[in-house]
Amino acid sequence: MKNKFLKSIFVVTLGCALFVSCKPKDSTDAVEGDAAQKVYVAPGKYDEFYNFVSGGFSGQVSVYGLPSGRLLKVMPVFSEDPQSGYGYSEETKPMLNTSHGYVPWDDQHHLDLSQTNGEVDGRWIFANANNTPRIARIDLKTFRTAEIIELPNCAGNHSSPFITENTEYVVGASRFSVPPDNDNGDVPINTYKKNFKGYLSFVKIGKEGQLDLSFQIVAPGVNFDLSHPGKKESHGWFFFSCYNTEQANTLLEVNASKNDKDFIMAVNWKKAEEYIKAGKGKRIPAKYAHNTWDEKTQSAKSVIMNEVLTLDASELKDICYMIPCPKSPHGCDIDPTGEYIIGSGKLAALIPVFSFTKLKDAIAKKQFDGAYAGIPVVKYEAALYGEVQKPGLGPLHTEFDGKGNAYTTMFVSSEVVKWNIKDLKVLDRKATYYSPGHLMVPGGNTEKPFGKYMVVYNKITKDRFLPTGPELAQSAQLFDISGEKMKLLLDFPTIGEPHYAQGIPADKVRNNGQLKYYDIAANKHPFATKGEKESKVVREGNKVHIYMTCIRSHFAPDNIEGIRVGDEVYFHVTNLEQDWDVPHGFAIKGANNAELLIMPGETLTLKWVPEKKGIFPFYCTDFCSALHQEMQGYVRVSPAGSNVPITYSVGTNLPKE
Amino acid sequence: MNRLFLLTMFGFALLTSCGKEKSNTDQDFSTPAAAEKTADAESYDPKRGLGKYETVELGASLDKALAEKGLKTAEVKCTSCHKPTDEKLVGPGWKGVTKRRTPQWIMNFITNPDPMIDKDPELQAQLELCMIRMPNQGLTEDEARSILEYMRQNDGVK
Ligand SMILES: [Cu+2]
Repeated sequence: MKNKFLKSIFVVTLGCALFVSCKPKDSTDAVEGDAAQKVYVAPGKYDEFYNFVSGGFSGQVSVYGLPSGRLLKVMPVFSEDPQSGYGYSEETKPMLNTSHGYVPWDDQHHLDLSQTNGEVDGRWIFANANNTPRIARIDLKTFRTAEIIELPNCAGNHSSPFITENTEYVVGASRFSVPPDNDNGDVPINTYKKNFKGYLSFVKIGKEGQLDLSFQIVAPGVNFDLSHPGKKESHGWFFFSCYNTEQANTLLEVNASKNDKDFIMAVNWKKAEEYIKAGKGKRIPAKYAHNTWDEKTQSAKSVIMNEVLTLDASELKDICYMIPCPKSPHGCDIDPTGEYIIGSGKLAALIPVFSFTKLKDAIAKKQFDGAYAGIPVVKYEAALYGEVQKPGLGPLHTEFDGKGNAYTTMFVSSEVVKWNIKDLKVLDRKATYYSPGHLMVPGGNTEKPFGKYMVVYNKITKDRFLPTGPELAQSAQLFDISGEKMKLLLDFPTIGEPHYAQGIPADKVRNNGQLKYYDIAANKHPFATKGEKESKVVREGNKVHIYMTCIRSHFAPDNIEGIRVGDEVYFHVTNLEQDWDVPHGFAIKGANNAELLIMPGETLTLKWVPEKKGIFPFYCTDFCSALHQEMQGYVRVSPAGSNVPITYSVGTNLPKE
Repeated sequence: MNRLFLLTMFGFALLTSCGKEKSNTDQDFSTPAAAEKTADAESYDPKRGLGKYETVELGASLDKALAEKGLKTAEVKCTSCHKPTDEKLVGPGWKGVTKRRTPQWIMNFITNPDPMIDKDPELQAQLELCMIRMPNQGLTEDEARSILEYMRQNDGVK
């Protein structure tokens, strides 16, 4: 009986194995003998690469080491973070301000590292927020969010934050077309075709990384999905995939899959710049927040902007062209030479590869197939270099190894496929576990990929790790791609739902002037307390400002009296340490807020409104020394209207007799 | 054969020690130069300590302006834990420190505390009392020198 059962399982398994391309293999797929050695990073040794991974609906960005797969850090970007107090401290709250007010969460999908001459340079990494459209810049000296800009007229900012080869622009676009913000949005939803628009945002990046929403292109209401900039010859162009050219507004899974071909929209942004210079842009009202972190005052500020410059793609005929692309294109990837544009139709059984040279030629010769919403449609064959036949099912994303090969994830057949860009032949395929989305080769979307490792980020984890209830962490799978065949080396769990990721040789980041601590002498925070002698408590009406210091292992002051119920109490805590990796925490009982995590030399503020009288202990949450436990103090809260005077002290124990 | 083995081993030892050193120093995100100097326990000089200062020349009389600057720096970085008297707070009081220690020992210790705590028997004994390692407060050379001058003033140098 049992044997029979086993046999039938065997047959089923064998059957599955035969259909590799449509059913995942069993989870214990053979790993090559030396895989462990290849991912082992001995204690005290560093990984070769940083791997920055999007945090999906956690709103954060995580940092892993490769090849070890060790989690190095989680950087708060678009969501509040209780660990660091990001979004809770008074200084960081403005970072999450938007035209919709304070938005404490987002869905973070893609990342792109800054580049110089088409190579990753380790200065910044950019992150998109999908839900309330935003783009963030993270400084890689501090691994902190330095700036966030909101994108008006946009919803579902998905094809973002991809950047050009010299970090000139970072882009965003509407995945969900909507009526422009300043138009009457109170329209029937089924007037989509008439009233909805897709806006493409071009955000200029300054020398110090400053973001400036330079212009927006008004495009037809479709779903803009992903994008990538041109490179080398095609530098000056940007390519956006789009689907729902049916312009459906309901049941998109059916209604947006009707057309045999949707488009990749090619945008000539250099031309757009010329039009702007020539005064062809139109300023329209648009509210959006621009939030910046000032390292000197260690505070963020949020400015609401009121207008944006737009260019209409249907009026200015030679900035946008549509390239037909089969069956709901998703990924839109440009190879390192800048010549090949790889489209990936989610529902297509082939991968179309377009040639930039042919595209330019087709445009010059006006080889068009009419127009879509006023935008010329280039003839498919005129732009096509060739098609990869039978690559697998559900091609999504492609990255490159710099050796003439492309790697494409196949969502439906759960595999990653290696193919040659020149002859379009499939060279290798490996099962992934399961349903891969993006993949990443360090530098794999630049002109200089480091084609040694590849990581595939999977949507479904099922049997990869110890079970943790219905919810499992998504898995990432590391492959060695240095040889002819891909070799699976490692699985590791990730946070949120990682989408895209970036990788960079470790030295390019860790040798870029990493900050170990903030110089306390340079601390320009308006409430900084430079030394215990300056610590004090100041009442201003019902506001109480506490200038507090911390150092291993005490706060000053640590006894505070004279606070009243209903007071707005601001703990401005300055960490006096000047040593690497000695943050101190600050938390107080009952605060309807979070903690602070104050870096050495930094000042942060926690707002607290006590609602009860009594004694409220506060303490340091970050284990800082053997006497960390003793790093605590008390606040006495008296009833509203009480006349207990403000007093504060440190080192005064018993009442004077 | 034996010699070759020994040589290889020697070479290997050199390599490993270099390798180790390298993995910690090829980061340009600057460990203070002083902290990178390492020496073994046998060569530790309890009069000099460990760090970049071999000798420190002191003026015959006090440099008042420098001592003033030293106090200002100390108030930001030191006096949370050290009193000017001989009373222990978190760390020992400063009274008499310039009489107990050489100037170079003080300069080395305040700019390079961790390696010295690991080596110096007296600091080890002190650690057992205080239970807190003196933090590296990232003092610049000038800051350290000014604090030393303030310590001298505190000890009555005029
Ligand atoms: Cu602490």
